[in-house]
Formats: sequence, structure tokens, C-alpha cells
Amino acid sequence: MEATGKYAPIFVGEKKSELENILERYPTKQAALLPALWIVQNERGWISDDAMAEVAAVLEITAAYVKGVVSFYTMYHQHPVGRTFVQICTTTPCNLCGAEEVVRSFLEHTGCGELGATSPDGGFTVIEVECLGACGFATPVMLNEDFLEDITPDKVPALVAKYRSGAAI
Amino acid sequence: MGYPHPPHAKETIVLSQYFGDAEARTHAGWVKRGGYEALRKVLAMEPAGVVDAVKESGLRGRGGAGFPTGLKWSFMPKEKTRPHYLCCNADESEPGTFKDREIMRWTPHALIEGCAIAQYAIQAEITYIYIRGEFTEPLRVMEAALAEAYREGVLGDNAMGSGKRLDMYIHKGAGAYICGEETALMNSIEGRRGNPRIKPPFPAASGVFGRPTTINNVETLAAVPHIINRGAEWYKGLCLANPKSVGTKLFSVCGHVQRPGNYEVTMGVPLADLIYDLCGGVPEGRSLKACIPGGSSVPILNREETEACKLDYEGCVEQGTMLGSGGVIVFDDSADMVYQVMRLARFYAHESCAQCTQCREGTAWTVRILERILAGQGESKDLDLLLDLAEQMTGKTICVLSDSCAAPVVSGIKKFRSEFEAYIVGKPSVAAVG
Repeated sequence: MEATGKYAPIFVGEKKSELENILERYPTKQAALLPALWIVQNERGWISDDAMAEVAAVLEITAAYVKGVVSFYTMYHQHPVGRTFVQICTTTPCNLCGAEEVVRSFLEHTGCGELGATSPDGGFTVIEVECLGACGFATPVMLNEDFLEDITPDKVPALVAKYRSGAAI
Repeated sequence: MGYPHPPHAKETIVLSQYFGDAEARTHAGWVKRGGYEALRKVLAMEPAGVVDAVKESGLRGRGGAGFPTGLKWSFMPKEKTRPHYLCCNADESEPGTFKDREIMRWTPHALIEGCAIAQYAIQAEITYIYIRGEFTEPLRVMEAALAEAYREGVLGDNAMGSGKRLDMYIHKGAGAYICGEETALMNSIEGRRGNPRIKPPFPAASGVFGRPTTINNVETLAAVPHIINRGAEWYKGLCLANPKSVGTKLFSVCGHVQRPGNYEVTMGVPLADLIYDLCGGVPEGRSLKACIPGGSSVPILNREETEACKLDYEGCVEQGTMLGSGGVIVFDDSADMVYQVMRLARFYAHESCAQCTQCREGTAWTVRILERILAGQGESKDLDLLLDLAEQMTGKTICVLSDSCAAPVVSGIKKFRSEFEAYIVGKPSVAAVG
């Protein structure tokens, strides 16, 4: 899609109606920005400049404004990420319970090597995140939309294998 | 501990009664357990009567500030000239806190009912439930319950057959701790960056979309149906220490304890009972070193203070800390306080919205100085520098994120100074990190 320089719009047909329904919840069009960006990311896996421009046009705001909002929130991807996006909580409560060991294990077994990098096979991107709000179940890890609790380093190899094969995607 | 688990004798089970009971997630299951009776009762009352009942109960906000809920509701304009809104703060992101997640996962209809009652009381057309984006499971459960509530006529243009209209929508966050600050949350609903707003105006005068708005935490709203059903006197009677702190409270306990998890207790219970009896104490062979009782934004307690602390708003203040959100983080003697204080500072540096200089620069500098100390390159003047910096970060910004970064730094240095000094002289006192 990017290679041809042609951008296929997202808000047509079913996605257009979905956004129209969302717009009814709010007194302003701009308020549908976060939900619209979620639709884009769910469809494409990330939010490109072209997609931001489309969202801007649909909601009658500027592309620069949209970018300002996208860049504020950590869950929106401004670049493509691996097929499985791994978020590991390492804030104090999980840190006390060994979260950094879980990070090391993921970096090793996915082949990512370093935080924020995508593995050579495109399968994984691993990042550390601040508090996931499940501190009593350390360490919580998100693999795409799956929120897993009580992850310890020994559970990582099987998890990576499962997601690599696509079983849990 | 996950659910279901049998309640401990020292727990008082109100909000958590149906945690672990999957049937309670459905509308039919909720109704079978007495759900939506409170809403039915409320819809036949005058809105002002509902506000009075909640005021009378003594319920205070469970999100962190502890502001009296009924009083907050009473700030909304009585004469309605413009639309009113209710926001439910389900952006639970305070390190150590994971109670709202459990309420939404197991008893979504309790939250919907609480929201509907509050919405009616403040004469709002719409409730926005703002759920953090990472809470994928609570989001799914809440969306299903909300769709069911519309289908069953709890919400919509003829709520519970009352002829009154109640609408409720979920707004999914996208990763920003600061959106738990009330005005940042409102900006986020409006499709803006989550920057907190200067107050006044306060939300009751100009909130989301510039209209009168009330914002309450999940746990606060979930308590409301119980107050309507069982009465303000019953609620007020739930008190073990100070009569200004009543009701039950969910405490999330994490870190170095044998049985981490959520525990529901009556206000005023000793923190020592929560840690040693309910949670089984620290791991075998270790001893308690420190505790943060109210989420990462409140000052750290040493062992002595922890063991003397009563868990209510006043009891925590007596020990120089705050009840906050009820996120209890426990540290045993293996914890490296210098490293953990740095991690907390790093959290705030990462989450600063960067509007105010004291916060944007102060949180980042704090981390840099702490990292320098941890790397063995600290100097003896660094501790005073950190304390001086913390002072400049307290009470000087639009919101309290900056103050929240300063709290663990100041209390950490004050109570565990020798650990910091050991790093500075090149002899860390706790070898293992974590």
C-alpha cells in the first residue's frame, strides 16, 4: 500500500457507519477522535500520516492537531510494530516481584534483543510499560489484546512459541 | 489472590460479594441478586432527595482525594439551563491500585447502576465511562453489560419504565496515566491531549464540553446502590476508627506479601492487620521494611509507621501519608529503596503531560540524579539537591503529578537516607535489585 503511494481510505462502508454511530454519542465531532484512531489502529495495526490526514478530514480538524493527539497517547503506534506487540509492566510493584527478569526473558526468546525493536522475523515488538493496573498479579503482560497475569520468566518460552505460531492471535 | 476466594474473617464484604461469580455479570444474574432495585427506587424520588441520601451516608470519593460524594453532587446547578454530564473515572493507573478493574470485571452492572443513580441525581443526560485502553477484559465485560442494559430497558429513552431518559457510553483511553486527573480526563473525552486544566472553573460549573459535570471514581459509584438499598445509617455505621471515614473500602495489596490481591475492609482497620493477617505477611524469612498505603503518589511509611497506621483518611494523615486510592505496596528487607524510588520517579517522568516546567523538567531531573546515585557517581550534595528540587515541584503546578513524584523522593530520603548515602560512598546496602 505504501509502496504504490496510494492510500486506501478506512472510513468507507461499514467503518464509516461505525464512526457515524460513535459521533452520535458526543456533542462535537472532535470528541470522536480517540475512537476514530482506535478504528484505524485496529484496521491497519498502526496510524500512518495518511491515516491521520483521513481522520482529520472526516472529523473536520487539522492533520497537525490529530498528530498532536496521537503522539500524546502511548498506545497509538506511529510506526508499524511486530505481529505480536508485547507490553510488560516494570513499575515498582511489579519490579519488586521480578518484572525485569520477565523483560529479559521476552527479549531473548522473541529475538527482539532490545526494547522497542521488532524481531527480524517481524513476529514481535517488546516494550516496557508503566503500570498496567494489575499489580497484585505480577507480572502482567499484554500480548496484543490479551492481558495475562502472573507471568514469570519460566512461562515466557511457551508463550512466545504459542504467539509465534499464531495460535493466540 | 484471584477470585473466587473465601473471604477472610476480617473482611467486610459489600462491593466484592459477587467477585468471581460469573452469573452476576449478566443482567438476569444481577437482577436475581437484587440488582437495579436501587435504581428503580431512585427513579421514583426527586433528584435532590438522592443527593441528600448520599450526603447523609458520609460516602467519600474512593479515587484518591476523599472528597464527600454527596457534597460534590450538590455543587451541580439546581436549575437546569444546559446539558449536564457525569463522568465515571475508570482510568485506574495509579501504581499499586487494581480494584476498579475487579469491580468492572465481575460486577459491571453494579457500576452501571451506580452511574445511572448518580446521573439521575445530578440531572445529567449522559454518562461517559472512561476506561483505560490497557483494560481489554474490563472493556469487553463493560461493553457487553452496557449493551444488555440498553436491551433490557435499564437505560435508553424509558429507563426502567420510568419515562426518563438515561444514556451511557464507554470512552476508551489510549495510554496516559494523567487522564485519571479529572480535567485531563475531560479533555481526553473531548478528543484532546490529556492536559489537566487550570481550576477554577471547577467541573460542576464547566466540565466536559464546557458544561456542568460531576466526575466520580468507579468504586465510589459502585457503593451508591448499596447506600440506597440499605440506608445512610447502615453505611455510616461501617466504621472502626474516625467517624469521618465510613463504609467499606477495597484495598489492593501488592509487592512483597504472601497473598497479594484485593481485600474489602471497613474503614479504620489497622494496616498491620491487612498486611499480616489478610495477606499472610511478607515472604518467609523476610521482614517488613516499608509500605506505601495509598498508591504510589503518597509518602512512604517505614515499618514502625506502617504498624501504627489505621486505614482511613485521618489515620493515614496521622502517619504523614494519605489513604489515596487504597493501593498498598509492601516492601520487605530485600527491597532496594533507592532503586525503587528511582522507578517511581521514572514513572512520573514518563507520565508528565509536560505542560508545567516544574513537572516536565523536575521529574526528569529527579530521575537523572537518582540514576547517577545508583551508578555510583552520586555526591553527598545530591540528596539536598533532590530535596530542594522536590520542594520546587510541590504545590506549584496545574495538577498534582509533580507533587506525586516528590512524595516518594522526600519520604524515601527522609526514612531511608542511609541507603542513599551507602550508594554515594560506593557501598550499596542492598545488593539485589528488586
